[in-house]
Amino acid sequence: MAKIERSASSALEHGEPLWEYADAPESTEIVRLEDRYGLFIGGEFVEPKSGRWFETIDPASEESLAEVAEAGAEDVDLAVVAARRAHDDVWRELPGSERAKYLFRIARHLQERAREFAVLETMNGGKPIKESRDVDLPLAAAHFFYYAGWADKLEYAFPNRSPRPLGVAGQVIPWNFPLLMAAWKLAPALATGNTAVLKPAETTPLTALLLAEVIRDAELPPGVVNVVTGAGETGAAVVTHPDVNKVAFTGSTDVGKIIRRATAGSGKRLTLELGGKAANIVFEDAPLDQAVEGVVNGIFFNQGHVCCAGSRLLVQESVFEPLLDKLKDRLQTLRVGNPLDKNTDVGAINSRQQLEKIEELVASGVGEGAEMYQPECVLPERGFWFRPTLFTNVSQSHRIAREEIFGPVLSILTFRTPAEAVEKANNTPYGLSAGIWTEKGSRILWMAERMRAGVVWANTFNRFDPSSPFGGYKESGFGREGGLHGLEPYLELDGGDGR
Amino acid sequence: MALRMSHAAEIDRSGTGLALYAPSDAPRLVARATAVDAVGLEERAASLSKRSIKRESKLWALDLSIRCMDLTTLEGADSVGKVVTMCAKAVRPNPLDPSIPPVAAVCLYPQLIPVALGQLRGTSVKVASVAGAFPAGLGPLEARLAEIRQVVGMGAHEVDMVLNRSMFLGGRYAECFEELAAAREAAGGAHLKVILEVGELGSYDRIRQASVLAMAAGADFIKTSTGKIGVSATLPNALCMMEAARDFERETGRRVGIKVAGGIRQSKQAIQYLVLVYETLGPEWMTPDRFRIGASTLLNDVLMQIDKERTGRYAGPDYFTVD
Amino acid sequence: MSDTRVPVRRTAKLYVGGEFPRSESGRSYEVFSHDGRLLAWAARASRKDLRDAVRAARAAQPGWGGRTAYNRGQILYRVAELMEGRRSQFEAELADAGAADPNAGVSASIDRWVWYAGWADKIGQVLGGTNPVAGPYFNFTIPEPTGVVGIVAPAEQSLLGLVSRLAPAVVSGNTAVVLASERSPLPAVTISEVLATSDVPGGVVNVLTGFTKELVPWLAGHMDVNALDATGVPVELAAHVEELAAENVKRLHRAPDADPFSPQAQSPYEITALMEFKTVWHPMGA
Repeated sequence: MAKIERSASSALEHGEPLWEYADAPESTEIVRLEDRYGLFIGGEFVEPKSGRWFETIDPASEESLAEVAEAGAEDVDLAVVAARRAHDDVWRELPGSERAKYLFRIARHLQERAREFAVLETMNGGKPIKESRDVDLPLAAAHFFYYAGWADKLEYAFPNRSPRPLGVAGQVIPWNFPLLMAAWKLAPALATGNTAVLKPAETTPLTALLLAEVIRDAELPPGVVNVVTGAGETGAAVVTHPDVNKVAFTGSTDVGKIIRRATAGSGKRLTLELGGKAANIVFEDAPLDQAVEGVVNGIFFNQGHVCCAGSRLLVQESVFEPLLDKLKDRLQTLRVGNPLDKNTDVGAINSRQQLEKIEELVASGVGEGAEMYQPECVLPERGFWFRPTLFTNVSQSHRIAREEIFGPVLSILTFRTPAEAVEKANNTPYGLSAGIWTEKGSRILWMAERMRAGVVWANTFNRFDPSSPFGGYKESGFGREGGLHGLEPYLELDGGDGR
Repeated sequence: MALRMSHAAEIDRSGTGLALYAPSDAPRLVARATAVDAVGLEERAASLSKRSIKRESKLWALDLSIRCMDLTTLEGADSVGKVVTMCAKAVRPNPLDPSIPPVAAVCLYPQLIPVALGQLRGTSVKVASVAGAFPAGLGPLEARLAEIRQVVGMGAHEVDMVLNRSMFLGGRYAECFEELAAAREAAGGAHLKVILEVGELGSYDRIRQASVLAMAAGADFIKTSTGKIGVSATLPNALCMMEAARDFERETGRRVGIKVAGGIRQSKQAIQYLVLVYETLGPEWMTPDRFRIGASTLLNDVLMQIDKERTGRYAGPDYFTVD
Repeated sequence: MSDTRVPVRRTAKLYVGGEFPRSESGRSYEVFSHDGRLLAWAARASRKDLRDAVRAARAAQPGWGGRTAYNRGQILYRVAELMEGRRSQFEAELADAGAADPNAGVSASIDRWVWYAGWADKIGQVLGGTNPVAGPYFNFTIPEPTGVVGIVAPAEQSLLGLVSRLAPAVVSGNTAVVLASERSPLPAVTISEVLATSDVPGGVVNVLTGFTKELVPWLAGHMDVNALDATGVPVELAAHVEELAAENVKRLHRAPDADPFSPQAQSPYEITALMEFKTVWHPMGA
């Protein structure tokens, strides 16, 4: 970045540009961290029977934030028992209109405490505050608001089919959108009359625990929502618990397959929202400057820790060079650093483990002969960081073109014709999302129809809305979250169509 | 440190840029202009408007926004008295504070050029005049060209003229280009700003096309608006023009300036436009040679903000002169 | 001379890619009636036959899914017309299989086929839609075929059970590999003969006869099968099938009620269970 440091006194000497964005850190005073967080079971925070605790850190500083309970099998069982009792005795019997009001309360509390949640989300997960503030929090609240309205209208979503709740939902969520994923899981489950045992990701438990506090303050009947923190073992205990009727998981395809096997033959209903390797396809007639923004947003939003990230850029060969130039220029303006700074575009990598995975895959890209580009930027000394990275000279067979990196790393490939773009875009076991950039309407629809992906963004990318169904094709999972379609995975539908 | 103020000599138009295009290229230039997605453009502009800059940078930016300002009066009621006081304000925006720089130029109707020249003699402040049947631009071509020649002859350093929207929107791109090229020639050594009147163009695609056409025909600056219709400069409009200028430089090597005008009354807006300039065109454009803000009431707000930044108190309007 | 005519018997073959091959393995197995008469020697498909069937189904899918929904509806409706023409054969086969009321079984099967055929150009309207997102975007959700569907047909109700699984699978544009009822495969073979003389392109429906337990794991584990209708999977294989299906995250579906005569057996959700919902966003700006 061409930026010349000058002292304040020389600012008025009309010299070279003195242009620097402020260190504009959001104050962390709004967050009151406890030393220790228990499990949220049966409407109160309790000590774990397991007796085990683990540390949760700020990935931008590696500093400890708090100790969090690690739920063992006995703790998970208590949570499921509480959820079962709440379902059978209270929640299932409550009219939808009354369930709705509890959800509206949660939505409002989230809005009222939005800043506190946003700061905590950024502290615990490393994502830029402008994203937790402008994306995660508003969407999480909107999700509760949207599904609240469904609670007493389910008969209109599934006419003549007497929709009924399944029972207890075991929900395991990832670390990339900790609160938002909790909202995606809890809102439809509760609206449909299910109760829930939620297992937040190991590295990002804090906002889910703060959400538990909101749920307590909203006076939901005890046991309707239970939060059990921990790592993979805790998650396994949740999804395999015999009294869990429904399992909803968002995370990696590998773990999704393990859960699929672990629940085989159990009769549990299952939805999986797994990994992706989305193609973002730019045609020569595209609105190039907006396409650049979409490509940048597609892969650097949330440090690329996004299952639907546009991690493969497919550029029509005739426009490859100008687009690459623009992209490189744009990368130079990305601000990497303190996630709590309002001007930060790219924050911290969520964990050391994830950083090592990114580094390993990037090394493989270099090793396989792809050409790497990274903008100059100074990274903080402590914490987990990775520079925004582009790869050119990538071929379909490279690992960086096939495997989900889940980091700020973009692989760029070219194509010549629409048919070739389709072929390359679909040539992956994944199928979560796709991007199409062209000014030609008929081509957008032609391409959109052929994308084997659950979400297609045309001339935009990474847009989300509670009313918009989201979910994958192929190994990106099954079931939809969001919208009317997000209700069905939580319902038993009765009644036939007669003959 | 030397003041780098705008004057025609600093405008690079001897290079490759001007000779590159002929009127017959105009339809192709317009057709080839990069498409613009309205929603994406507006989102980008909105996201940039949320940047916050350091206090020292803010002071520098406020100072720059004065140095880039075309202090403007374009009313039928403009009188000698009005122009005299405006020129005084232009040279010394805050008579109590010599550290405040003069503005870049005053912008007015042709009849008032001699008054302004008289007031500004010996200062760095330039005289910019509208010309070419401002603001509609639909007078006879010969008369419009004559007006441009005349204001330059009267001593105007800069000429603000309007694009012929009638021709442009009617698809007569080659004729439109010819008019602009003729105006360029008529302006001679003066600094030519072509006003696109974005509010009448109807879409960002059209703004981008008009930007390309004006730049190819030799404009030193492309300018958003006359200030005479409802819709004037907006952040997305300006961003759209800046993206066109960035690509034009990439293709031709010529750096064309951007002038935003109309409805810019607050320092915060001025700084938001500077963020767009910085992020889109880079520091090379952060000079009065390549960026201008046309405004009449912005100046006092900037002075009040500078005062606030220096003293830590919020300022009151009674402490700043109204001219 | 005797005027007693000896009837010509049918050879029950596989139906793969529009052709009627024998098993590449050369194997066959005896099919008996409920009262123990030998009805036929049916082809006993091997895993290689299954592989060929999946390949044929994959090849046929883009063309079938790419037809207009109206066209698919018409083609499938004509299948019902042809089934009506074969009524007596179906009835005899059901009687041989021990059906209490063969006539009712055939009528229900034909009616079910017609019912599903009519959904071809309606499912998207009923279960897709536009979504009112909070921003300047047009957003819609449409159901699309998932691709190649494996169908393990129920062992019982060898005609209505099969039709109740097959019709909802293919009406949306999927292609199918069907494992017929092991004990009563002949109605499935007749269905394949109906399909071969209809306008349903070769490869859209592929029918394998053979040993369920031998073939199911290959179908459940096949990496180019997108979904599995496991209604006919024997209970003892169910968990194993789900484990195998995990490898490519196959969609698994079972009829909500094993009895195809139950009111639940006919539902648009039986169609969407083997479809994907795709959501498309586009900005709205001038």
